[in-house]
Amino acid sequence: MTDLPETTERKLGLVIDLDICVGCHACVTACKGWNTENYGAPLADDDAYGEEPVGAFLNRVHSFEVTPESGPAQLVHFPRSCLHCDDAPCVTVCPTGASWKRAEDGIVLVNEDECIGCGLCAWACPYGAREMDPSAQVMKKCTLCVDRIDNENLDPIDREPACVRTCPTGARHFGDLGDPESAVSQLVEERGGMDLMPEQGTKPVNKYLPPRPKDEEIDVLAPLLAPVADEPRGFLGWLDKALERMG
Amino acid sequence: MKPAASLLAFTTLSGLGLGLLVFLSLGLPPVSGWGAFAFFAISFLLAGGGLSISALHLGRPERALKAFREWRTSWLSREAWASVTALGLTGLYALPLLFDGPRLWPIGILAAAACIATVMCTGSIYAALRAVPRWHHWSTPAMFVAYAVTGGALLAGQVTMAMALLAATGIAQFLAWRTGDARVARRFGTRNTATGLHGHVRLFERPHTGENYVTEEMVFVVARKHATKLRSIALVLAFALPLVLLALPFSHLLGVAAVLSHAAGVVVARWLFFAEAEHVVGLYYGR
Ligand code: SF4
Ligand code: SF4
Ligand code: SF4
Repeated sequence: MTDLPETTERKLGLVIDLDICVGCHACVTACKGWNTENYGAPLADDDAYGEEPVGAFLNRVHSFEVTPESGPAQLVHFPRSCLHCDDAPCVTVCPTGASWKRAEDGIVLVNEDECIGCGLCAWACPYGAREMDPSAQVMKKCTLCVDRIDNENLDPIDREPACVRTCPTGARHFGDLGDPESAVSQLVEERGGMDLMPEQGTKPVNKYLPPRPKDEEIDVLAPLLAPVADEPRGFLGWLDKALERMG
Repeated sequence: MKPAASLLAFTTLSGLGLGLLVFLSLGLPPVSGWGAFAFFAISFLLAGGGLSISALHLGRPERALKAFREWRTSWLSREAWASVTALGLTGLYALPLLFDGPRLWPIGILAAAACIATVMCTGSIYAALRAVPRWHHWSTPAMFVAYAVTGGALLAGQVTMAMALLAATGIAQFLAWRTGDARVARRFGTRNTATGLHGHVRLFERPHTGENYVTEEMVFVVARKHATKLRSIALVLAFALPLVLLALPFSHLLGVAAVLSHAAGVVVARWLFFAEAEHVVGLYYGR
């Protein structure tokens, strides 16, 4: 069924902190690992040890150089994965109903048994979040690790997406963005979390936290550290003069 | 977007075939007997062949029938329904004609409408993609229909009508390219909107050293620099040359040459349709 649910009870998603991410790609590896060994067709690689390796990944980390109006350039690492959009164009274009959005929590999923591999949903996604599996020839995308978060056999601490669980810096947060009281919603509120490509009208659930502004001045105490004398006096003054005389 | 050979062949052949079926279903020319057999065979080969080639584009062609399910939201699914309806109705209309039977006008008119609807659905698949601003416009399905009807008139040997359509579609294509350029300049996001970052944003490092599905399918940039040249070639082959050939004293040889030139021009134009269409995901890859 490719009609989008009018609203979803919860809006599960990620909040990614661009101020903290160090671009280590650990989330990429954890994602590839979990989603190769668990639910659905394994994320395959073609020519993995050859000249032109290609493979399906559900999470990719770009690095951007950002030069502000004034001040030095900064490097911003930018993880990119499915944003579980409220108005997901990838769902409505699907001819088979394989691409769907779960009404209870808003997760956008692919039913791999129904997918004909037409690729239209990947074209419809503005964010490049869907990749066709090179060997199973069905569409793969981030599931928010449904098979972890729904799995009651796992320890509570593990019932979050593999990327969030593994991120060594705590740059990734998982929660219900439909509940204004949730920790993730509070974080978005506090830090001015933003949507990617709002002009596309997809209403992404995932939010990105902007890098914090860098300090312009060193410190409020800095003025107190200003040199008290411009001219050296005492021993230093004598040394200065003596050296000067030596020419 | 990647101009996949299967998509070029599918849209070109099925467009020509369905265009021809539009004219045959309206009794232009009023064929029957062996003439009807030849004309309908050619059009079914083109349309049916094109549609089956489209299945080659699928990762799992054996599941193609599932594509009929979601006609409520998906233009691809609507295209599947429309094409089956079009081929069914034209078949029904053609059958009595093959045996010099009656011409079933109501069915013919419905069949012609279904053929046009099929081409419209094909165009709408592309027009529905907001992530490709060059396509996201009503002119996309309109141009698909214009091409199909022009090619159909040419194949059906309707010389006067073909000449008028060649001129009109040629001019429309020129205008569509111009407005498409303007639309891309206006509607394409920026690296700032794509990343939410302020200041000058430059891709420092890609996430992967090789290609991936997204860059291969959607970040296709080869030969865009030859666009102007290729556009001129497409206009000459698809429209100008066939017009000249039709204006010369009629001979079957010139007619065939006009059809071939038109078909070659349509392939070039279709190649450009895909190759020139930029997907906004390119913004994450340094566009
Ligand atoms: S990010 Fe792309 S794949 Fe994910 S829901 Fe939005 S449009 Fe669909
Ligand atoms: S690739 Fe699969 S999930 Fe995507 S639109 Fe086609 S059938 Fe649907
Ligand atoms: S694991 Fe965390 S720090 Fe490393 S790239 Fe992913 S989000 Fe960034």
